[in-house]
Amino acid sequence: MDEKYLVEVQNLKQYFPVAGGTLWEKKVVKAVDDVSFGIRKGETLGLVGESGCGKTTTGRSLLRLYEPTGGRIFYGGEDITHVKMLPYRRKMQIVFQDPYASLDPRMTVEDIVGEAIDIHHLASSKQDRHEQVLSVLQTVGLNSEHANRYSHEFSGGQRQRVGIARALAVNPEFIVCDEPVSALDVSIQAQVVNMFEELQEQMGLTYLFIAHDLSIVKHISNRIGVMYLGHLVELADSYELTFHGVHPYTRSLISAIPIADPKTARHSQRIVLEGDVPSPLNPPSGCTFRTRCQYADDRCAAEAPKWREVSRGHYAACHHLEKIN
Amino acid sequence: MSGYLVDIKNERLSFFTPAGEVKSLNDVSLHVKEKEVLGIVGESGSGKSVTAYSLMGLTAYPGRLIGGTLEFDGKRIDQMTEKEMRKIRGNEISIIFQDPMTSLNPVYTIGNQIAEAVLLHTDKTRAQAAERAKELLTLVGINEPEKRLKQYPHELSGGMRQRVMIAIALACEPKLLIADEPTTALDVTIQAQILELMMDLKEKLGMAIIMITHDLGVVANMCDRIAVMYAGKVVESGTTDDIFYRPGHEYTKGLLRSIPKLNEKEHNRLIPIEGSPVDMLNPPAGCPFAPRCKSCMKICLREMPEYTDLSDTHYSACWLHQKAEFAAARKHPAGIDAQKAGQE
Amino acid sequence: MAKLSFQLNADDFLPASASEKESLVVMRESVGFWKDGFRRLKRNKIAMVSLVVVILVLFISFVIPQFYPYTYEQQIRGSENLAPMQYSQTELTTMETGGKVFPHILGTDNLGRDYAIRVMMGSRVSLVVGIIASVLILFIGSLYGSIAGYFGGWVDLVMMRIVDMIYTVPDILIIILLSVAMDQPLKALAVKPGFQWIQVVGVNLISIFVVFALLYWVGMARIVRSQILILKEQEYVTAAKALGASSGRIIRKHLLKNCIGTLIVTTTLQIPSSIFTESFLSFLGLGVNAPMPSLGSLASAALNGMNSYPYRLFAPALAISLIILSFNLLGDGLRDAFDPKLKD
Repeated sequence: MDEKYLVEVQNLKQYFPVAGGTLWEKKVVKAVDDVSFGIRKGETLGLVGESGCGKTTTGRSLLRLYEPTGGRIFYGGEDITHVKMLPYRRKMQIVFQDPYASLDPRMTVEDIVGEAIDIHHLASSKQDRHEQVLSVLQTVGLNSEHANRYSHEFSGGQRQRVGIARALAVNPEFIVCDEPVSALDVSIQAQVVNMFEELQEQMGLTYLFIAHDLSIVKHISNRIGVMYLGHLVELADSYELTFHGVHPYTRSLISAIPIADPKTARHSQRIVLEGDVPSPLNPPSGCTFRTRCQYADDRCAAEAPKWREVSRGHYAACHHLEKIN
Repeated sequence: MSGYLVDIKNERLSFFTPAGEVKSLNDVSLHVKEKEVLGIVGESGSGKSVTAYSLMGLTAYPGRLIGGTLEFDGKRIDQMTEKEMRKIRGNEISIIFQDPMTSLNPVYTIGNQIAEAVLLHTDKTRAQAAERAKELLTLVGINEPEKRLKQYPHELSGGMRQRVMIAIALACEPKLLIADEPTTALDVTIQAQILELMMDLKEKLGMAIIMITHDLGVVANMCDRIAVMYAGKVVESGTTDDIFYRPGHEYTKGLLRSIPKLNEKEHNRLIPIEGSPVDMLNPPAGCPFAPRCKSCMKICLREMPEYTDLSDTHYSACWLHQKAEFAAARKHPAGIDAQKAGQE
Repeated sequence: MAKLSFQLNADDFLPASASEKESLVVMRESVGFWKDGFRRLKRNKIAMVSLVVVILVLFISFVIPQFYPYTYEQQIRGSENLAPMQYSQTELTTMETGGKVFPHILGTDNLGRDYAIRVMMGSRVSLVVGIIASVLILFIGSLYGSIAGYFGGWVDLVMMRIVDMIYTVPDILIIILLSVAMDQPLKALAVKPGFQWIQVVGVNLISIFVVFALLYWVGMARIVRSQILILKEQEYVTAAKALGASSGRIIRKHLLKNCIGTLIVTTTLQIPSSIFTESFLSFLGLGVNAPMPSLGSLASAALNGMNSYPYRLFAPALAISLIILSFNLLGDGLRDAFDPKLKD
């Protein structure tokens, strides 16, 4: 347990039971399988990966929205894996991906944002609550006119602002941003990303920023972790990872992203991965990435690679890092 | 009669809903040459998907074409009967959709669905159609085709299903393939595979592609020409280089400024486009982008801008292009027309 | 470039102010859930007619009897077995001497009680029983169903098996057993102060209410449970959990509130069902005590004299049919108006 981290997970495991097992052997999906990382105060840690990698599950398990199957979670140095979460819910919040599904359609904006204030008894009177709500709405660029309306009357970008306001209402220290811009139009994404950055500067927030779009994650994060089938395969500074990534998956992920620049596009060397992502119900033995990796050999099938430090602050899990680089 | 494969002129299309008339397409003009890849870029409400669907005659009630002409391969699509359209759909023009899970029928096997496309438009027998289905699966890079033919959509992964959609679309070797956000729902590594496949097939089969997407990265990699749409209008059109390196319309410029680029070495604050997308039930008079435009002028609020040619290949609809000309014209007492007469 | 089609002037190219731009962006009028639903309901003619009938029925059952010159238990000597609008000898004599006698619109029964008022009171009793029973069912059913649905797992398993067992119980049998079993204890209770109303209402009616509370809520519980099962997967429920909301709060403020449409519709459709059950039981003699009438008991009493006094059967039967039909149609209309699946 590291003192300098605000949030830390150690060997986090999240398995979900799945129908179809026998009496002896229950089938599980290992959504998150032994993940460890720490986030410093004021930092943004990005978490990227494709579908089934477990990044969203990691974020939610960290907040104990799912009860972790194994491992430990620390907040401010305290082990919160098995404690009552209510006091921590004030400090740890979440913004969801889908601005249409994450807001109760039968509540006004004021009630949505004010719910947290009610639960934690942060207002002394109705008037006080009203004022607190308006103040938060202003922070995200909405005004009192919006407070009495219902969420379905707003556009996607505005609804996402309401979601952010809801998370901010309790004055948290740490926010899990679960794909907060993926469902928004491109021109709105920049507005919301900027808002996240400004809020971080103003309020000293710490973020876990989960997304599948590496361009956005690189833009907003200090450090980035790459996940594949429930494992962390690489973790490094944003710049370091993007330009000097060492893990074969990281490199193919980066090369697969189409750059919005025709000249670069014409000259880019694409590393195209063969095959599909294996089913999380039946992950490959040893290194889970070996079925799509051009460098895989017998050792990769027999033995899972260890997580090690490649250079200062740069970690990866692969048997052949020296050979590849 | 133009030499284009697809020629849409001044298309106006509205949806008559209980809430009111949604003017989805408000004077759209674009064209596609044979074997060319045209990208249509836009956000929700821009009308990019509706344009493609209208080309296939899929915008039935409550949608109605209220103006303009649509030409495909010299034939007037907008004047065809449903029966005539059916001969073209899946045969000369094919479409692949965003979500392969809902576009494939879950109760029929893959083989069945591909063969259906063949049987509908050709005289082949069932056995021949099955054979063709196997060929197509190999063409789209699916291994073990015999095994796959008997499988159902839910047994395949997202990437595989999209390949099957492509196989169905190509069954009759169409002249035009419309791809409506084909990779938005896919992982980025799978997206790379599918896009590579599409370009490969385009070369092999010599077909044109209309690629509809909101992802500027995809169009930069795939398209020869790009049309940028906003609120039911094509606001800018040009070659890929024109659009990316010499953007003319404020919306295009705004989009390019607002996306984070992976290969940037420094952290620059993104410059977003303020405001929200247009409510198509109440579009503003004048330029639809005006409320969000930093350089909005008084005329922009009143009048819809006309197209200005920025080069042979490149045009944009914005009053700013006229501004310089107009400023020059103010010096000439007789006004713009006289100045132009002077130029000619 | 085409010639400009209208005249421009220099001021048009000045930048637009922020307020000018804002005036273009109009937020759509706010439409709440209820307003939207009622708007839809108003369009449904059948539902509106049913609503009018229901209001009329309520008026006739609750308001008119207050002003009616006769009461339901008032026996008028000499006016037995009068036909509709017929006057007895005594009444004719009274009228000749200048007194006013309100006509017996539906005649009188064999004890000289005005039948019209008895039918009206019967409707009132049936409606009161129906509505109270439905409200009881609403509360018990939704509480039970939401707990089972929300907590899932063992709780749900056990609770639903109890529901299954209750379904198999024969209700008429239980009612008979209960009324026999409760007869003495309730009679003893009825003489105590504050419990006199038991004598008026009758032991039988109380056992009906007890049975409704014990048995008939299971349908509502199942419906609520299935709604809750779907709703609890919604992301806003996860969001509420992330805020620290307790289970009770989530069920009250999020889940049940989002079921309200279903709850209203199911309750509205439960009313005719309860009325029918009560009428049926009263018909069998297990309902209200004489002299209090209920539509069912009136029908039962009228059976014997069906040939001589057919109107005595038709009136209550017609009343039951009208009430049940109008509530059913209203419930259907409400379902169409408030069903979230149909909402666009």
